[in-house]
Amino acid sequence: MGSTIVSISGSRIESSAPGTTPLLTIRHVAKQFGKNVVLRDISLDVAEGEFLTILGESGSGKTTLLRIVAGFESADSGELSMMGERLDRLPPYKRKVNTVFQSYALFPHMTVEQNVGYGLRVARVPSAEVDSRIEQALARVRMTAHAKAKPGKISGGQQQRVALARALVNRPKLLLLDEPLSALDANLRRQMQVELKSLQREVGISFVFVTHDQEEAMVMSDRIALLRTGELEQVATPREIYSRPATAYTAQFIGHTNLLRAEVRGGRAHCESLSWGVGLPDGQAAFSVRPEDVRVVGPGRPAVDGVVRFRGKVQHRAFHGATELVRVVAGDGLVFSVRTTGMDGREEVECEFSPADAVPVRDSAERS
Amino acid sequence: MFSRAYRIAITVPPLAWVTIFLLVPYLLMFCFSFWSVSSAQTIVHSWTLDNYKQLFTKDVYWETLLRSMWIAARVMVFSLALGYPLAYFLSFYAGKRKDLLYQMVIIPLWVSYLVRAYAWKTILGSDGVLNTLLQYVHLTRHPLDFLLYSPFAVVLTLTHIYTPFAFLPIYAALEHIPRNLVEASNDLGASPAQTFWRVIFPLSIPGVVAGATFAFVLSLGDFLAPLLLGGPSGIMISNIVVTLFGAAYNWPLGAAISLCMLVLVVSLLFLSERLEKKWNFS
Repeated sequence: MGSTIVSISGSRIESSAPGTTPLLTIRHVAKQFGKNVVLRDISLDVAEGEFLTILGESGSGKTTLLRIVAGFESADSGELSMMGERLDRLPPYKRKVNTVFQSYALFPHMTVEQNVGYGLRVARVPSAEVDSRIEQALARVRMTAHAKAKPGKISGGQQQRVALARALVNRPKLLLLDEPLSALDANLRRQMQVELKSLQREVGISFVFVTHDQEEAMVMSDRIALLRTGELEQVATPREIYSRPATAYTAQFIGHTNLLRAEVRGGRAHCESLSWGVGLPDGQAAFSVRPEDVRVVGPGRPAVDGVVRFRGKVQHRAFHGATELVRVVAGDGLVFSVRTTGMDGREEVECEFSPADAVPVRDSAERS
Repeated sequence: MFSRAYRIAITVPPLAWVTIFLLVPYLLMFCFSFWSVSSAQTIVHSWTLDNYKQLFTKDVYWETLLRSMWIAARVMVFSLALGYPLAYFLSFYAGKRKDLLYQMVIIPLWVSYLVRAYAWKTILGSDGVLNTLLQYVHLTRHPLDFLLYSPFAVVLTLTHIYTPFAFLPIYAALEHIPRNLVEASNDLGASPAQTFWRVIFPLSIPGVVAGATFAFVLSLGDFLAPLLLGGPSGIMISNIVVTLFGAAYNWPLGAAISLCMLVLVVSLLFLSERLEKKWNFS
């Protein structure tokens, strides 16, 4: 997938993957529950065959947005359309969209097989075809052996796969997944992330996946739409959203970062005792420096021109296996997280980062 | 965990209660049903099957028992027919008014049974509210006499009284259905009617079975409604039992009928529990 254009105008973000026709178009959708504004002015496109993740903290409105697409909630304003047709005026049962629910929502009085065949049966698909499609769908999620079991008799991971089969068997244009992995334990979860992603490639259906887990979003998505208190913060590929976060919030939410609030004067940013050259107008600015872009320098090595260098005390070290996250307090009180691949037991270190790795970010104002 | 004295203190009173007020009376009833009454109106304490023989050979007992079951069956059907839609509406569509409407269904239960039965008497009598109204609007010239003192009156009154009993378990069962199952059904393309018949109704069956059992069993044993509103054609089996234990002074025959009723009701309860279990998936 090519790069993504994100146009930022005020606080509104409209985004689509260029070169592909959008399957689903969300335009200016807003939703309020009583006095509580849940979504404001959301515009977003989902391309055909795309894996799009709506990422956000709890209360960000991500599930509501998904429910609006599915038709369980109606938007107060705005439009939804799918392949050029208005979607928001259709009841849920007439939308060519299927959902995998957070708690799976399998019908407890039906067998696995009957659950999977439900959508086909209510659509009055001929029974021979129903049988073969159920068989295929169950084989795809490796649940053939449990076809005759009731949902209450199978494990959470298995229920999850049945829920997936039940949705996919209808060959929807778009599959919505509402935190489907959140009930699984960590190992199974990682395994399902990989499976789900390869399944999506295989069937070629667009997935809109809701999660609060940024790692999950990074692993699976073609694009991530980061939602913050009802507004889109940034929509971009995982790589771009990580390396070029548009806002301080994005930088902090996706992975670790060091957020530096600096003052720009005459083409140089000044933050405490540090300074580096920037191409920004004078005024306040915020910069994100990823911990892995800060290097610990061996003693006595001369500084390269332009590189920002500082000395600090090691305050805390967290071992992560391949890397170590070290907290360094510089002389002027600035605290840096530094990711290293192994470091001696020094108490005092010298660190540096290159100005190119200090990504200017919009300092997102607090929103309620 | 608890001391021996404490365990005795909490188990003995209820056990004693059940023994004195339930087991002993049933045992007595069992014995009575095999005794007989002499011509001098005294109980003869020698074992005989005469009472059961009478019960199965004399038409009046058979017919009354069948009529009682027929009345109870109709009450059951009408209570479900009224209670189910009410419960469904309340559970799924009442929104904010749910609690208020629920109370409105429950409050009549606090009104004395007798008052409600008498109310129907006032409504259905030949000078009653209904007949007066029908004549006033010239729909009929003379009072309709099948309204009161008939099986119709009994079925109507019992339906009124036992509909909340059918409603409650159905409502509870419907409230138990996770709403995301309804959403899942819609999501998979099922229309509201398909969703009702394929998901909501099957999952509410335990409540329907419980409600049906309540309505049937409670009306089968009822004797006040037939006494007040049934007339000669609306007599039910409990009225016969009352007479046998009272004016007729034939306790043995009364006990035999009661015992048969007990067996019938216990089998029904057993059956209904089996059905409820079979359809319970939570």
